[in-house]
Amino acid sequence: MKRAVAALPILIALVFGAFFLWGLNPDRDPNAIPSVLITQSAPDFDLPAIEGVDVPGLSRRDLTGSAEPVLVNVFASWCVPCRAEHAVLTRMVERDGVRLFGINYKDKPEDARAWLENLGNPYERIGSDLNGRAGIEWGISGVPETFIVAGDGTVLYRYVGPVVGAEAEEKFATALAQARTWKGGNP
Amino acid sequence: MKWISLAAAIMLAALPFTAHAVEPDEILDDPGLEARAREISKDLRCVVCQNQDIDSSNAGVARDLRLLVRERLVAGDTDAEVIEFVRARYGDFVLLKPPFKPGTYALWLAPAVLFLFGAGTAIVVLRNNRKRLVAAKLSDEDERMVAEILATEKGDKS
Repeated sequence: MKRAVAALPILIALVFGAFFLWGLNPDRDPNAIPSVLITQSAPDFDLPAIEGVDVPGLSRRDLTGSAEPVLVNVFASWCVPCRAEHAVLTRMVERDGVRLFGINYKDKPEDARAWLENLGNPYERIGSDLNGRAGIEWGISGVPETFIVAGDGTVLYRYVGPVVGAEAEEKFATALAQARTWKGGNP
Repeated sequence: MKWISLAAAIMLAALPFTAHAVEPDEILDDPGLEARAREISKDLRCVVCQNQDIDSSNAGVARDLRLLVRERLVAGDTDAEVIEFVRARYGDFVLLKPPFKPGTYALWLAPAVLFLFGAGTAIVVLRNNRKRLVAAKLSDEDERMVAEILATEKGDKS
């Protein structure tokens, strides 16, 4: 009994030490919001095309039916990181043949049109989410966000923030490669 | 002087409006529904500025969620249904009061466990102290011996 009591301070120090080790881990992002969509079916939404842009609108139906996983990118012309991400997305489409869909989040149609004319359009379809309701359906907290959706409409991955920089692009490429090998069930 | 008091009066008058981000165009005509919306909004976390509820957040998404909460209420949802609607999209993370379930047992039970542990330690320590006090007193046998010795010493002197 005496011995057990004597070991108690060390035990307490170990418990707290382990807690601090976990809490101070630089890889842990306490602001990260786990997405409830992962492994769930993509939310139901139906967005019209951007006014004055010759790209069809986007609904949930458009995401399904493809053998390969597709990307859904939430973007806006007023979002500065989206501009940097645009080049990365364009490269993914042109070089890797990824199918990319866009949700234009709370953007003025004329601004979105100018943005696309200026930078080019890598999106197969773009839905105009003027009031941000589709954004809520997808559970986004800001723009840009990019989702990987399997051919059967299951959301496999969510990337918050711009996929820019070697580290981010590698992380995303790994997730995409994993998504390609996904055959139903849990990834 | 007059100006200062006037400025103070204006600032004080504006005080009730500073704490809330709810804009006039969001407020529902039905005061009962609006009151419920305010209560629900206070339990929902803003996903952008994460330690604020959506009722006091100026973030765009927070405003959208406030409008959504009001829309659901007008559509006839109960408070629980509205919260479930938001939770289904953003997860438990949006609830400022996390639910009690296996994943959060540590969170909810840790304070009680730590309190019991502390109280238990305190009781054990206090008990040991009392035992030591008792031990510091002489037993009846010792008292008798001391009395005997003292008696003989006194006898020697006289």
